[in-house]
Amino acid sequence: MDDAEAKNLIIETLKSKTNKSKFYLKDFYAFLPDMKKMAVSKLVNTMVAEGTLEYWSSGSTTMIGLKGAGKQHATEEGE
Amino acid sequence: MAKHPTPLLDQLESGPWPSFVSDMKHAAELRHTNPRGFEQQVPVDVIDDLLGLLEMSYEDGTTHWKHGGIVGVFGYGGGVIGRYCDQPEKFPGVAHFHTVRLAQPSGLFYTAEYMEKLCDLWDFRGSGMTNMHGSTGDIIWLGTTTPQLEEIFYELTHTYNQDLGGSGSNLRTPACCMGMSRCEFACYDTQLMCHTLTNEYQDMLHRPQFPYKFKFKFDGCPNGCVAAIARSDFSIIGTWKDDIKIDQAAVKAYVGGEIPPNAGAHAGRDWGKFDLQKEVIDLCPTKCMKYEGGKLEIDTKNCYRCMHCINVMPKALRIGDERGASILIGAKAPILDGAQMSSLLVPFIPADDPFDEIKEVIESIWDWWMDEGKNRERLGETLKRLGFQKALEVCGITPVAQHVKEPRTNPYIFWKEDEVPGGWTRDINEYRKLHQR
Repeated sequence: MDDAEAKNLIIETLKSKTNKSKFYLKDFYAFLPDMKKMAVSKLVNTMVAEGTLEYWSSGSTTMIGLKGAGKQHATEEGE
Repeated sequence: MAKHPTPLLDQLESGPWPSFVSDMKHAAELRHTNPRGFEQQVPVDVIDDLLGLLEMSYEDGTTHWKHGGIVGVFGYGGGVIGRYCDQPEKFPGVAHFHTVRLAQPSGLFYTAEYMEKLCDLWDFRGSGMTNMHGSTGDIIWLGTTTPQLEEIFYELTHTYNQDLGGSGSNLRTPACCMGMSRCEFACYDTQLMCHTLTNEYQDMLHRPQFPYKFKFKFDGCPNGCVAAIARSDFSIIGTWKDDIKIDQAAVKAYVGGEIPPNAGAHAGRDWGKFDLQKEVIDLCPTKCMKYEGGKLEIDTKNCYRCMHCINVMPKALRIGDERGASILIGAKAPILDGAQMSSLLVPFIPADDPFDEIKEVIESIWDWWMDEGKNRERLGETLKRLGFQKALEVCGITPVAQHVKEPRTNPYIFWKEDEVPGGWTRDINEYRKLHQR
C-alpha cells in the first residue's frame, strides 16, 4: 500500500467511526496492520502538517482526529 | 481594590511560608500599573480573574478548568497546552489560559539580558506569570490566548533562537545538572549530552509518536542533582569504574580538624569534632571502607558509588578516572500508585560525544516501548507488566548481578532453555549417581 492509499484508508476509517472523534496513535496502527508502526506514525504526523488531521492534547496525552471533527475551540471555550 | 473577593485564598497568605497568592496579587497589581508600558495583548485583569476562579474552585470543591484542547503552533504537536475555563462569562480574563513550554538552557544558565527579554515577551503576549522551572525542568509560561500562540512562536524562534519544549505523548524537554561547568564530581559532560540529544531527537520532541510521555534526565554523578533516578523514564547517571582517588594527607587534615567536613556546609551549629569513623566509615552502605594506622582504604569492588564519603571529604577523595555513565530506566511519579524509581539497565557505558552507544540503547528501548506499550502507559509500567528481562533482551544486554534487585539475598533470574547447557531435559540415571531419591 502506498502512502496515498494509506492516507485515504485513514480518512475513510475515521469518517466511519461515529461514536468518537479523537484517537490514540495506537488506534492508527490497527487501521494499517501491514505497515510498520514507525511508518504509520510518520504518516499521521505528515497528515497533521498537511491539515487533514489535528492533534488534541490534555497536556499529558496526545490524541489525533480529523481536522474539525468533534469538539472544537468554541465548544471547549464553553460557548 | 481586588476585582473578586478571595477570603479563602487570603487565608493562605497567613501561613509561615512564602505564598503563591501574594505573588499573584503582586503580579496582578503590576499588570494594572504597567510601569514599563507594555501593550498587553491578553486581558489586563487575567490574574485577577485567575484568583477569582481559584477562589471559586475552593468554594465549590471542584476544578473549573476543562480538560485539554486543540491548540498548538504550526508543525508542532507539543509545547502548547490548551486550557479553557468553564466560567468564561464570570472570568473572561481566563476564558483561554493556555500554557506554553519552552526548552530551558542546559544547566539553567541564563544571561540576565536573555531572561529579561523572555519575560518582556511574556508580559507583552501572556499573563506575565511563569513557573521557572516546571517539574520536567523546562520554562513554563502560564496563561495566554489562542491568537497569541503563533506570534509568540515566531518571535521565540526568529528573534531569540529559542525552541518550545515537550508536552503530551512526546519526548519531554530533556534536563541536566550543571555538570562540568561548576562541579568537580561530574563524570561526563551533562550539558553537552543534553544539548546533543535534544537536537538529535527533535522529531520526538515536537511530534507525538509515543504511547505516553517520555523523559530523559542527565545527572553527572550519583548525587543526582536533577533526580534523574526518580523523575525520568531514561536516567543517565555519571559513574566511574576505577578506584576513588585518596589523598591520605588530606584525610589526616580532615581528621585533625584542619579542613572543615562537607566543604564547610552545616556550619551554622556546633556538631563537635569531626569523627571519621562515625560520620563516614560507619555510614558507608556497603561497609567497604576502613581507617587503620592513619590510612584510609576503600574496597572498590564493593563500593556502589553512593558519594557520601566524597561529599564529606571533597578535598581528600575524588571520583575515579575511568569515567562514563550508568543507564537506568522506568522512573515515574504517579499520583495514585506511588513513586517508582528507575532500574539499572546498563551498569557502565561510555559517555563521550557523539554518544552513539547511548543513542543505540535509547532507540532499542523506544522501538520496544512504541511496539508494546499500551495507551497512556509509561515505560516503567511496561517494564512491570512485561518484565525487566524483556528490556534486557531488546537491548541485547546479558543479565549481571547488578540487574538483580537484591542480588545478595534473592539472586533470582529466569533462564531460557537455550541458555542452559542441556536445556530442560536431563539423564535421570546420571542425576541419580550424584543425588539420592
